[in-house]
Amino acid sequence: MSEVPLLQVSGLSKSYGGRIGCAGVSFDLWPGEVLGVVGESGSGKTTLLNCLAGLLAPDAGRVVYDTRAGGPRDTLAMAEPERRMLMRTDWALVHQNPRDGLRMGVSAGANVGERLMAVGARHYGRIRGAALDWLERVEIAADRIDDRPSAFSSGMQQRLQIARNLVTGPRLVFMDEPTGGLDVSVQARLLDLIRGLVRELGLSAVIVTHDLAVVRLLAGRLLVMKEGYVIEAGLTDQVLDDPQHPYTQLLVSSVLQV
Amino acid sequence: MTVAYNFAYLDEQTKRMIRRALLKAVAVPGYQVPFASREMPMPFGWGTGGVQVTAACLVPADRLKVIDQGADDTTNAVSIRRFFEKTAGVATTEETQQATIIQTRHRIPEQPLTGDQILVYQVPIPEPLRFLEPRETETRKMHALEEYGLMHVKLYEDIARHGHIATTYAYPVKVEGRYVMDPSPIPKFDNPKLGGCAALQLFGAGREQRIYAIPPYTKAVSLDFEDHPFDPGTWDDDCALCGASDSYLDEVIIDDAGGRMYVCSDTAHCRGRRRAGHVGASGAPYEEEGA
Amino acid sequence: MIEVEGVAKSFTLHNQGGAVIAVLEGAGLRVAPGECVALTGASGCGKSTLMRMIYGNYLAERGSILVAGVEVAGAEPRVILALRRERLGYVSQFLRVVPRVPALEVVAEPCLAVGMGRDAAETRARALLTRLRIPETLWGLSPLTFSGGEQQRVNIARGFAHEYPAMLLDEPTASLDEANRDTVLELIGEAKGRGAAIVGIFHDRAVRARVADREVDVSCFAP
Repeated sequence: MSEVPLLQVSGLSKSYGGRIGCAGVSFDLWPGEVLGVVGESGSGKTTLLNCLAGLLAPDAGRVVYDTRAGGPRDTLAMAEPERRMLMRTDWALVHQNPRDGLRMGVSAGANVGERLMAVGARHYGRIRGAALDWLERVEIAADRIDDRPSAFSSGMQQRLQIARNLVTGPRLVFMDEPTGGLDVSVQARLLDLIRGLVRELGLSAVIVTHDLAVVRLLAGRLLVMKEGYVIEAGLTDQVLDDPQHPYTQLLVSSVLQV
Repeated sequence: MTVAYNFAYLDEQTKRMIRRALLKAVAVPGYQVPFASREMPMPFGWGTGGVQVTAACLVPADRLKVIDQGADDTTNAVSIRRFFEKTAGVATTEETQQATIIQTRHRIPEQPLTGDQILVYQVPIPEPLRFLEPRETETRKMHALEEYGLMHVKLYEDIARHGHIATTYAYPVKVEGRYVMDPSPIPKFDNPKLGGCAALQLFGAGREQRIYAIPPYTKAVSLDFEDHPFDPGTWDDDCALCGASDSYLDEVIIDDAGGRMYVCSDTAHCRGRRRAGHVGASGAPYEEEGA
Repeated sequence: MIEVEGVAKSFTLHNQGGAVIAVLEGAGLRVAPGECVALTGASGCGKSTLMRMIYGNYLAERGSILVAGVEVAGAEPRVILALRRERLGYVSQFLRVVPRVPALEVVAEPCLAVGMGRDAAETRARALLTRLRIPETLWGLSPLTFSGGEQQRVNIARGFAHEYPAMLLDEPTASLDEANRDTVLELIGEAKGRGAAIVGIFHDRAVRARVADREVDVSCFAP
């Protein structure tokens, strides 16, 4: 087991005026770990994710990432060019709405290839080859490579978004409700895909969702959030099978067993 | 009684402002420097950027040449040349070698320029990323952070759709390994002349209020892919008048049946070749035009 | 291999008036390598609860739970996950089925997780499925549509795919016919033979007699 956590979060807080977004969130994420963050609307889970991913500036706290070249670095203190570079290479962000994470005006192949071109890839044949490879991995037919994402179903768009993000081999993936808004059968397929990729690529991930079934399937660890605070944390199956906090118990008992 | 203009129309303070912008532009090759573009006596879109840069550079001893699509005798070239004759009283010429300042729209002269010359380009849209990223806030960041992946996305799309890079003019270049620049709507055929040029090249966009520059002997590399290298293009024909095989040719329709001939776009270059005795397929030997 | 000492557990049901259900107090047991200990006691006395606590699925309120030298009580999630991957196996009463994953993949997964090559893992999975009499035609299908008994056998195959030094078996022979029950007992015997420490819950007295070396009466740990 590695000595240094991949991500060390301490005292992360963000308020909107008088309203708490998230408060005092701390946790360590180790390589290969998938952390689920659950909570209902207003729990602060999306605020937390946005602060972690650098989309929102928190009011307090540190987010220390173990970079490949420079060891542990506080990403909040990084200069913007460096953080943007990190977002394009080592990190990935999968948005709930795939349209937020794709360029709708260019082809699927260009979408997948863009990150490669952004880090200096200059061989058309190889870029296209990498795009084809990734489309296959996310189960999109190769003959769709030149189609625009606007011609894809939402499930396909989401899978394209995942391919676009993973092409540069990131070590840490942030996902915001990756299956939100998708049909149930499409969700299942997407979850299998994510599960497989996480395992195959040894990814670490932070997955924000309100769906307990998704965390059971994907996440080994769980944070339960309520009104901005983390009220319970631990092994996913332990938190869901033996919930300690009243709110967690309420959450678990509210889920219908199909 | 004629109106008295300040030398080259612009007041001295304005020239000072433009010259400061020019110095910045030369110090950071390819970087778009904002400048306070003035209202000129021609509308935006008619070369006001180029005119302002030329006005700021002119000294009484200069000899000015103005070309539009390579020709000295088109309406706009004539009009701008007359403007400077009137407001600056400088000598003008149609011979490339004799000019000290050349203002151009959409072409680079065929003859290699020297270290004594300044080439001023008229630029419509200075931002090479504009068509893919409409937000000025984003494009500024992209230039600042050297995030040019999107430029190659455009080229990738071209190849995916057409099998080759489809951009034929205003072909983006990377200047001195740092800034990506739009060289104005010159044909890609002219791109190789941008780099390693002995003359100072200045670019002015009046409506968009930007100035940029390529200093002498600066690298300017046209963007491409390793396996789809930049191709400036060639013609199957030679110039019908002077027989040149390596200049940029214009296609001229000569009769109602659709007959056409190809002639050098750079009229001065063609005239010079014909004066030297070269004769093209149309066979007409050179005759000195009436005085 | 497995050492449980002074373990206590109670459940507080906050959403039902804060009712507290105390289940275990001062629970302890030791299992040596190659031994099989059967948990006995009346229904509801905490057998499954104790087993789940050893697995880390339930939190221990007090006490120590050592598995292969690793303290489970209060351990970091990644420690427990690593333990479950490599050294502690669990055959639960119910197979939690992930839709779309074929039976062969379900059984091969624990082997893949410890780094076994795909071919080797699948070979082992096929061998186990054959032994448990799951027809080959079902190997490519998701166990979602299988009968209770078939699901149970897939569950068992998965539980025995990787050779864990410690194993927890919760009613492994329930809903199995005699032939399959015997196969499971064989598997348990083989596991013991290679030195695995096993804790099991077996309702059937005859089964218990055949595999268990000792019995621990969990109702003795009632608070």
